[in-house]
Amino acid sequence: MRLHSGIRIGAVLAASALLVTACSGGGGSAGGSTAGSTGGSTAAGGKVDLTFWTWAPGMDAIVAKWNAENPNIQVTVNKQDGGDPAVTKLLTAIKAGSGAPDVMQTEYQKIPTLVSSDALADISGDLPKDLKSHYSDGTWQAVTLGGDQVYGVPQDSGPMEFYYRTDIFQQYGLTVPKTWDEYAQVAAKLHAADPTKYLGTFSATDAGWFTGLAQQAGASWWGVDGTAWSVNIDSAATQKVAKYWGDLVEQGVIDNKPMYTPEWNAALNDGTQAGWVSAIWAPGVLQGNAADTKGKWAMAPLPQWNAGDNATGNWGGSASSVTSQSKHKAEAAKFIAWMNSSQEGVDILAKQGGLYPADLPGQSEALSAPPAFFPQQTDFYKTAADIAKSVKPFTYGPNVNVAFSSYNDAFGKATQAKSSAAFVAAVKTMQDATVADLKNGGFTVKQ
Amino acid sequence: MNRATVATPNRGVRRHTGLRAYGYLAPAAVLFTLFLALPIVYALYLSLRTVKVKGLGLGRGARTEVWAGLSNYRHALVGDPDFLGSVGRVALYGLVLVPTMLGLALLFALLLDARGARARGFSRVSIFLPYAVPAVIASLLWGFLYLPRVSPFLYVAGRLGWPQPDVLSQQWVTFAIANIGLWGGVGFNMIVIYTALKAIPSELYEAARLDGASEAAIAWRIKVPVVAPSLILTFLFSMIATLQVFAEPMTLRPLTNTISSTWSPLMKVYRDAFTRNDIYSAAATSVVIALATFVLSFGFLRLVQRRAFSQENS
Repeated sequence: MRLHSGIRIGAVLAASALLVTACSGGGGSAGGSTAGSTGGSTAAGGKVDLTFWTWAPGMDAIVAKWNAENPNIQVTVNKQDGGDPAVTKLLTAIKAGSGAPDVMQTEYQKIPTLVSSDALADISGDLPKDLKSHYSDGTWQAVTLGGDQVYGVPQDSGPMEFYYRTDIFQQYGLTVPKTWDEYAQVAAKLHAADPTKYLGTFSATDAGWFTGLAQQAGASWWGVDGTAWSVNIDSAATQKVAKYWGDLVEQGVIDNKPMYTPEWNAALNDGTQAGWVSAIWAPGVLQGNAADTKGKWAMAPLPQWNAGDNATGNWGGSASSVTSQSKHKAEAAKFIAWMNSSQEGVDILAKQGGLYPADLPGQSEALSAPPAFFPQQTDFYKTAADIAKSVKPFTYGPNVNVAFSSYNDAFGKATQAKSSAAFVAAVKTMQDATVADLKNGGFTVKQ
Repeated sequence: MNRATVATPNRGVRRHTGLRAYGYLAPAAVLFTLFLALPIVYALYLSLRTVKVKGLGLGRGARTEVWAGLSNYRHALVGDPDFLGSVGRVALYGLVLVPTMLGLALLFALLLDARGARARGFSRVSIFLPYAVPAVIASLLWGFLYLPRVSPFLYVAGRLGWPQPDVLSQQWVTFAIANIGLWGGVGFNMIVIYTALKAIPSELYEAARLDGASEAAIAWRIKVPVVAPSLILTFLFSMIATLQVFAEPMTLRPLTNTISSTWSPLMKVYRDAFTRNDIYSAAATSVVIALATFVLSFGFLRLVQRRAFSQENS
């Protein structure tokens, strides 16, 4: 507790409230209406300047290449802190009527929220006609929300896989689990052999991770039914996933501490966490957070619910979108189409950004060598490409933020309680909070 | 009326000085209006509004802002157990923190002021220094010290065979957060009390010593009563800061499952405004917190004022 911290927060709140007041007077109509959907706005001055909010690695390199080749459309990268703060900033700018960038990195699960706040422009008229064929159906649906409008061009995706320490598996004679039943057995065996070691952890701070696991089990948390939303978080599939992890936590065979803490980094580094249920971008995280373990990890498909199945979910991944305030929508659309679907762009995304490009035609050339942190797994990206095809469809709704923050609180309590029943109850809590929020906002919700 | 009778040759000059006074006042008045009064009025306005959505809520014009009456307030006070829960947690936090912090601050101030105290400047600065560390940095720092695997304290405790409690567990987490506030807050409060101690005329001490009072008796009978107004001031500051605790739990939150996103009232405001994108109910909760702070502060002042300041007034 600190007096000045209170004052500071008060000042920030007051200042942001003021910013909103100051700008909202003339706002609203300014956003987007002046920007024609045709490319005519370049004609007058010749040169167009675009701003680009992003937090993905390698964006400076890709923009430098574009700027060198397109002297008339110059892009400036504006680094953001990450998904949540950037969305907050964008929504504030939209409400204020000015201040939004032309191009914005948008995580897939945030797109419905942003569209519902009228923050993203429909760029279907400004994109090449064959662009749809570059992407898997699941990915394309994420940027169209299933309609004719297009709210972005997919950049990378995050199909989930299972990562494990080959040296520790060898030491304890463990086999790579192919089903979740086997995963539970391996987890129990490892923890019995060395009580300090865990095969994984259930993280109550990573809602996207749990969403991906529910997606693999066949859940799709939102749905559109005519002009009504449906919410299916509390479905049999999600309950199955929650009960499974709740049982493992209750038995104590996997850890219950959050991911992405200094504690977790140390555990990855010293082998206390011998496995990680993660996504395609995991090598970069391991390299940064557990530098001592280079060459000791391997990747395998996610364990399946039934032997012989072939399914996975997504954790992470983003598109690039044009905001509704951009005055140069056609140019911005041209830039993001080049960045995310030309071979030149995709190469830089993969090699300098370490991203897993969503663009299917460009993938094989861009991803010829395994990640630097996994030098021994030479078929890394071949395996990954097979897994990526098995991503189950999933629909996000307009209040993912509410569901996710409810996940943090409800599963935070459940993991702390180490009770399987509490895990299942937490799913119900999420469902109730999400439905209540939609109804409170005036959305039509189908029961 | 009166004005006619006071009319004198220097009336014009007086009006002139009146204008000038307004000129002097203007910068403060403008800043006050722009950065305090207007945002408060705007927050009040927002707290009475809400957004209504048509159908799927996608596309242009699907959202409209409408009057909500007092429904945001009703929801904050009655409909949402999160808010009352956060008030309860912060009350416990304040009960732990404020007495400990002010007790230590008073003790340190008295020790520094005692006759024969050595290395005063150094001690004063080292006790005060944590206050200069921003709360976010302090919380990150303590966060590392709390996490079992990276904490040097717990490492040493483990090596010595002592128990290694998980201070971020459910039963200890309030104390863990209060400890950060304590670390940062003692120095500030000590300086306030110490300054008041320095202002006591030394004749009082001489008189006491002639009467045979010990150092402890002087501290208890003279120093503490004289610095009572400072203690009241620091208590008031601490109470307000307790109600507004935010940075410490917010920074520790990603490290543990035990701090929810609505742990303190201000965290709930932050979640509603920036995670749920509902600035309307956030504004209503802010107004409730502000009102509660006013009532508690002025209630407390009324309660103690007569007793503490009576010597000065009489």
